Amino acid sequence: MFKKPHYLISVLVVLLVAVLVKLPGGTMGKAKLAISGLFLPLFGLAVSTHATTAHAADSFVSKTELTRQNDALRRENVELKFLLQQDAALRNENARLHKWASWSPQRFSKGRLARVIARDPANWWRSVEIDLGGRDGIKTNDAVLTPDGLVGRIQSVGQMRSVVILLGDPGLRVAALIPNNGKTGIINSSLASPPESDMVEMDYLTGGGVVQKGQTVETWGEGGVFPAHIPIGTIVDVRVKESGLAPEARVRLAADIGALQEVWVMTP
Amino acid sequence: MNWLHSILVLAVAFLAVFFEASFGGFRHLLGAQIDFLPGLMVYTGLTTGWPAVILTAFCGGLWYDSFSLNPLGASVPSLLLIGMLAWRGRELLENDRPGAQFFFGAVASAFQPLATLFVMLNIGAAPLLGWKSLWQWLVMILGGGLFTPLCFILFRRIHRAFVYQPARQVAFRPDRQIKRGRS
Repeated sequence: MFKKPHYLISVLVVLLVAVLVKLPGGTMGKAKLAISGLFLPLFGLAVSTHATTAHAADSFVSKTELTRQNDALRRENVELKFLLQQDAALRNENARLHKWASWSPQRFSKGRLARVIARDPANWWRSVEIDLGGRDGIKTNDAVLTPDGLVGRIQSVGQMRSVVILLGDPGLRVAALIPNNGKTGIINSSLASPPESDMVEMDYLTGGGVVQKGQTVETWGEGGVFPAHIPIGTIVDVRVKESGLAPEARVRLAADIGALQEVWVMTP
Repeated sequence: MNWLHSILVLAVAFLAVFFEASFGGFRHLLGAQIDFLPGLMVYTGLTTGWPAVILTAFCGGLWYDSFSLNPLGASVPSLLLIGMLAWRGRELLENDRPGAQFFFGAVASAFQPLATLFVMLNIGAAPLLGWKSLWQWLVMILGGGLFTPLCFILFRRIHRAFVYQPARQVAFRPDRQIKRGRS
């Protein structure tokens, strides 16, 4: 059989694959980013095409509409500046109170806005690729969010791109808290129910009071990966597992994971 | 034509992976992303030689896995098997009719995710599987099946565009022309 070259080369390919699939996580992540780097010209082309189309569409917008939008943005800008001033005052007051009470003040993270350039083509994982990498200060395990809530964390970092593992993927677990009743648990992928993109499970619910539909869930801050108080979602329903050990809740994610265009990466 | 054909097949595999990674329309509409590589492997196996089959399976699988959380190379064995089976049976399989092409593409698209999952579960990966995975599998089968005849049509057109086509013999022969009248 192995005298025929196609069999021999097929076996060699399978052996090479057997080596590749067993690469350590970090090396495999870097190899994947290097291979997907071949597609960068196509992504660049897609972005420039999109920009050209948008530019062409802009030329059809009337001046009246642009003036109206400009006025609305100016008003919003003034409101945001006012809120920022209030926020700064509150932050100063908070820091002063922390100092008097001898508490260590909370550290505020910086962040970078990233564009989602690719999605996982396989239906059984949830990940995206973003256009920021190591040269932009991105590091493995940085939290990734949108204005609505937590999205995931950085899985692997390349020079100019990074892979984000999203909430709901079996590889991502987040320590979560229900602030209304102080109950804590682990956000996990939703395996018992259909893997809807906006639904996850909160397992190992312990401590605190009763869990009810509509309660908000946020990051707990334990474990050191995610800062505390980032919104995750709201409770949809609660059930007791067949083992009867601890109840579990289904949580609808605050962020629209299926329609991510831009995300915010929190850098320490 | 052989090398040109192999390069074109690789280029289509490259574009197919880019499309799958960057276009989310199918996922929004149908809840699943369609994989074009199994259909392309059927085409490659039925129309090219084994070097092109191995090269397309290896490169296509690696490109696909580079955008995915799949272990790198997990898609290659299933694609290789599809391509080699098609190549081995190319003399026996009817591949001119769109219906047959759809059938082979659908079978390949049904087999590929199962085989990839088999590989991944055996190396300890734990992908997200649930009842909706059955729906996603059906969408992949249908989408892959529909893509395969399109693939044949696309390459037939490319073949016509790039390869010299000898002029057909026509019934008219100047040496047999009957000339009438005085000259």
